[in-house]
Amino acid sequence: MIHLENIDKVYRTDKIETVALSNITLDVKEGEFISVMGPSGCGKSTLLNIIGLLDAPTKGGVQLNGTKVTAYRDKQLAKMRNEQLGFIFQTFHLISDLSVVDNVEIPLLYRPALRGAERRKLALHALDRVGLTSRAYHFPSQLSGGQQQRVAIARAIVGKPKILLADEPTGNLDSQMGDEIMSILMDLNKNEKTTVVMVTHDPRLAEKTERTVRLFDGRQVN
Amino acid sequence: MLKNYLKIALKVLLRRKFFTFISLFGISFTLVVLMVASALFDHAFGPLSPELKTDRMLGIYTVRMEMPEKGMARTAAAPYWFLDRYVRTLATPEKVSIFSSQKTVSAFKNGVKHILFFKRTDGQFWEILDFDFLEGGPFTAQDEKEANMVAVINEATRQKFFDGGSAAGKTIEVDGQSFRVAGVVPNVPIFRITSYADVWVPLSTAKSNAYLRDQTGNFWALMLAKRRDDVPKIKEELQGVISNVEFPNPNEFNTLIAAAETLFESVARGFFSQDRTAGNYSAHLLALLLTLAVLFMLLPTLNLININVSRIMERASEIGVRKAFGASSWTLVGQFVVENLILTLVGGVIAFFGAMLILNMLTNSGLIQYAEFHINYRIFLYGLAVALFFGLFSGVYPAWKMSRLHPVEALRGKSL
Repeated sequence: MIHLENIDKVYRTDKIETVALSNITLDVKEGEFISVMGPSGCGKSTLLNIIGLLDAPTKGGVQLNGTKVTAYRDKQLAKMRNEQLGFIFQTFHLISDLSVVDNVEIPLLYRPALRGAERRKLALHALDRVGLTSRAYHFPSQLSGGQQQRVAIARAIVGKPKILLADEPTGNLDSQMGDEIMSILMDLNKNEKTTVVMVTHDPRLAEKTERTVRLFDGRQVN
Repeated sequence: MLKNYLKIALKVLLRRKFFTFISLFGISFTLVVLMVASALFDHAFGPLSPELKTDRMLGIYTVRMEMPEKGMARTAAAPYWFLDRYVRTLATPEKVSIFSSQKTVSAFKNGVKHILFFKRTDGQFWEILDFDFLEGGPFTAQDEKEANMVAVINEATRQKFFDGGSAAGKTIEVDGQSFRVAGVVPNVPIFRITSYADVWVPLSTAKSNAYLRDQTGNFWALMLAKRRDDVPKIKEELQGVISNVEFPNPNEFNTLIAAAETLFESVARGFFSQDRTAGNYSAHLLALLLTLAVLFMLLPTLNLININVSRIMERASEIGVRKAFGASSWTLVGQFVVENLILTLVGGVIAFFGAMLILNMLTNSGLIQYAEFHINYRIFLYGLAVALFFGLFSGVYPAWKMSRLHPVEALRGKSL
């Protein structure tokens, strides 16, 4: 499903060169749920951004679903992110000016074939999946942290992506809410066969995943 | 998608009300000034009753008579003999009218003196222009031939002299002469110098017929082309005829320079050159006016660009999210340009009502006699075009900047 081949990521400024990732090779099978762990600054989020096509590697190749995407242009990458990928962020990144259902609809706005009524139906279905239909017309500021993250999950899955990328999805939540979020992700992985790559600091959550990839100073250590 | 953009645009506007107020004030003020200026321009030069056929009308408003050998020159309205002998006989125009430039005269009612603007015209004057008669009708070429003492008056004069009641068939005394009122027309705005007056009477009723022979005069001509394509032909024919002009007194002047032009062309020529044969300056004047308009718009445009760019910082996270979920750079450019267009169109709507208010005040103030300023469809379209230009021009650069934000940086909250 996901294949990274000899990935390097180097950030260069006038004075400093920072190696964020070095020689990473990674395969994630369809339907797998893996976690990525490591100390702060080891390159976990950078790895996730590269898998998510939000960032390009300095060296190496990225394949999603057998398609080499390294040379893709902005429009092609955007299309791929829209159709194949869903993102869940630590700080939720909901748009405060939009209602919950409008936030969930965002990925569908970039599918021209879908009409407004169809988009609304899919968004409400996604909210139902995370148990928040009753809050569809509330605003993010009116929700708790756990509820906001559930909305973010609904937004990530509304387009039925094959791959979910979660960057410390429980990082801003207490353990109970974190467990709720984790169970939603596990449910999606088990029932929808969605591939999930999750960055986490929490070993309890990592233990629940099938495999853990450990990074240290930009290198894979396991 | 458009509904979503509209929602976001309105929310962003409400988020920082002060910045929104500054932006809207700048846009609205600029558009009000430009719309009022456009209305004044249109009022002076656009098709407006009774001058509806402006695309086929040419006038001779000033001529230059010279005696280069003696260094003598006179630039003024034309002498009657020149217009009658050389302009009225042109082959290309469908109709030619000769009339005096307006002058002020005294008229008395119940011992009260009134100053009226007065014109002497021929019968063709009423055939070329499209006056709507409130009462009666115009005097004709036959009236002019017979020197019949008839007059057409405007509504304001009817009000002053006949207390607003019916005036047709009644007598009015103007400039020491008595005229029978043949017709009453609506007031013509003073900007419309070709047709403007309070009282119009036949040329031949002049107290003296010396005007027929005088070397100099105060007459204008109006020519109506059969088709728009004939306009350049009329100009060309006139230039051909002018080269053969014979003066009544060649010892005083021996060279005449004149041009058939629209009022705008005449104004442009007066602005850029005194030489009546040096070509058409209307494009120059139009370019100057457009440049001034653009320069006037520049400051609020730059202000709006600045405000929009600074708003990027607030929306970095949103940009990152949209990119993450499939928005391409061009899609985001489109979104932000649409949002900016919404802001400028809101400013345009405010400006529209503001301009209507100001034009109403100008009309009611009486500062410009008989002026009735309106926002007609042309002014509305100019205003809309300016608002759209504003929105596009001030939105494209910030939108481009926003779209180029790296999604990872944007999600971290870093902007530019």
